[in-house]
Amino acid sequence: MIPPVANPDPTDPILRVGGLTVSFATDRDPVTAIRDVSFDVNPGEILSIVGESGSGKTVSLLSILGLTDPRTTTTSGSVIFKGKRILELPDREMRRIRGREIALISQDPMTALTPVYTIGMQIAEQIRAHQSISRRGARKRAVELLGEVGLPNPSEMVDRFPHQLSGGMRQRAVIAMALSCNPALLVADEPTTALDVTVQAQVLDLLRRLRKDFGSSIILITHDMGVVGEMADRVLVMYAGRVVESGTAEQIFDDPWHPYTWGLLASIPPLRGPRPERLASISGTPPTPANLPPGCAFAPRCRFRFEPCSNPPPRYKDDGHTALCFIPPEDRPRLRATVLGGERSAA
Amino acid sequence: MALTILQRLFQMLFVMFGISVLAFLIFFATPGADPAARIAGRNASPETVAAVRANFGLDRPLPIQYGLMMKRLFVTRDLTSFVNRGQRVIPQVLDAAPITLCLVVGAAFFWLVGGVVLGLLAAALRDSFIDKASMAIALVGVSIPAFWLGEVLNLVSQSRFHDTWLFAWVPALGYKPFWSDPWMWFKTLLIPWISLATLYIGLYGRVLRANLVEAYQEDFIRTARAKGLSPGRVLIKHALRTSLIPFITLFGLDFGALVGGQALLTEVVFGLNGIGRLTYQSLQTLDLPVILATVIYASFFVVMANALVDVVYVLIDPRVRGS
Ligand SMILES: Nc1ncnc2c1ncn2[C@@H]1O[C@H](COP(=O)(O)OP(=O)(O)O)[C@@H](O)[C@H]1O
Ligand SMILES: [Mg+2]
Repeated sequence: MIPPVANPDPTDPILRVGGLTVSFATDRDPVTAIRDVSFDVNPGEILSIVGESGSGKTVSLLSILGLTDPRTTTTSGSVIFKGKRILELPDREMRRIRGREIALISQDPMTALTPVYTIGMQIAEQIRAHQSISRRGARKRAVELLGEVGLPNPSEMVDRFPHQLSGGMRQRAVIAMALSCNPALLVADEPTTALDVTVQAQVLDLLRRLRKDFGSSIILITHDMGVVGEMADRVLVMYAGRVVESGTAEQIFDDPWHPYTWGLLASIPPLRGPRPERLASISGTPPTPANLPPGCAFAPRCRFRFEPCSNPPPRYKDDGHTALCFIPPEDRPRLRATVLGGERSAA
Repeated sequence: MALTILQRLFQMLFVMFGISVLAFLIFFATPGADPAARIAGRNASPETVAAVRANFGLDRPLPIQYGLMMKRLFVTRDLTSFVNRGQRVIPQVLDAAPITLCLVVGAAFFWLVGGVVLGLLAAALRDSFIDKASMAIALVGVSIPAFWLGEVLNLVSQSRFHDTWLFAWVPALGYKPFWSDPWMWFKTLLIPWISLATLYIGLYGRVLRANLVEAYQEDFIRTARAKGLSPGRVLIKHALRTSLIPFITLFGLDFGALVGGQALLTEVVFGLNGIGRLTYQSLQTLDLPVILATVIYASFFVVMANALVDVVYVLIDPRVRGS
């Protein structure tokens, strides 16, 4: 079983990420894909990381799991899982955590499963990597898991190959596999992006149920603010490899501080009330890590930039709510109203 | 699955029929050339040419000529060579075929094992010294012509160092049948195997390495690693299994071509009277019946090797199976 950990207090964060910085060696200069990313995940909490594609969400996850390529990647900062620093762990010990205590649900269910094996075999393989259990026992468990994630007819599905399942069914199979060792932390990288809308809702439901039934913590990566609003307890907004705003879901939805967050929020069509005349999405494209502008990385796309923005922005903090922006607290409501309309009410 | 395989085998028969027709047409219906004169050989007397014409039914319509020819090739098996004064063609081919098969199958074993080991090693330790060194050696292996390597090995093992303990076991050149003395058979073929396999080990190792490195970009490899599997298991069970398809495709092509006569140079260097050598000799004397028989034999092997490869696809990749 899991050895006792240094701080058994059940309310301590199970994952603490501090100052995580990851750079890749490329043909030219090394590029820093994420810089100084810090966050905590509390037990039973859903933390959502949101940002456009290319903002470094996947890289953050992979480096937490130790899955980046050590030949080309330099990682610094600290990742503390259940009181243990895991970036420094030798691979053999890290393997015991991967799949058993931290499980990954990756972005595209179409490509996430090995095409030449049945889903039952792939689930059983993970179980057998971490527990001594007979082939038959593992298979039985795989059938149970497939039933738990709502696949119809699991005892038949277990012998299907990935290409014989629809996208939604594959994602369920991937989730069943991630759950197979009752992980304390589930890391889901855009689990619904590749699925159509009704299936998306079902998969999100399933994740919520997992949290309720098993008390798993979940890191849910998405670029869809709508998903964030439905799922998250806390939110981390990433832009160009940095956390530009973080806070509880209420803080982010009721009192967002960063113009980038405003843009993301403005891009969700409101559920109630009159539709805005236009969807104020953010113009332009995000910078690549290789050519970040000096100062605030969002400045070139920001409607509210002013002189100081060519310098590195300060981090405002208040009651766990942080933002990386020059706009002083007293100016926020006025500027925000030009993007989001009057005062926001609870989402 | 059985249906898919059956279907494939049926296709194979169809292709073989097509090839036999094509080969026949090329030899017997090329405009402007008299097949009877060619079969009779150079400087044949008019009587011989007439005899050939009657013998092969060359004065009858083409479909009947084809039928007669196939009958003599496959049913009565009494096709005879005129250049070599009535020598039967089919027994020659049947004598040569096992020699080529033994040479190529044995070499294939070496190069498959060698290629997989080399590719896996290089991919597992990629960018390390071992990777670079093995790829450099592979490049050398690919660049060495098989016949040159064969000659060097012969020089070393047959004359220069034959009397040392290292090579004293090496028998004289030439083929020894398996049934009369298996150990002798093995000893005579070992050096030819190595000389033929060297080129392919380098080639296959490099191809496999490239495919493995590419496979490591796949999402499912990330999934496998995120499951907490050991690096060895990820490499063998997940990356290798899905990287084998191009490897096997290549194998089907090379194997078919070698069995069909492309091992000629190795056969000549080691004095093995295989199909390659037979084809070569018959080309030199323009012995048309033998050329026809070997061409058809060779193309059948190419087709069979490819059908076999397709069957292997079905076995290793469920996506190819009909649902
Ligand atoms: N192995 C790598 N080598 C170089 N650059 C990389 C590598 N992986 C990711 N990046 C870069 O890091 C940035 C963040 O990527 P990613 O984390 O995948 O974004 P997201 O998941 O938020 O869409 C991208 O600009 C990407 O080009
Ligand atoms: Mg991503």
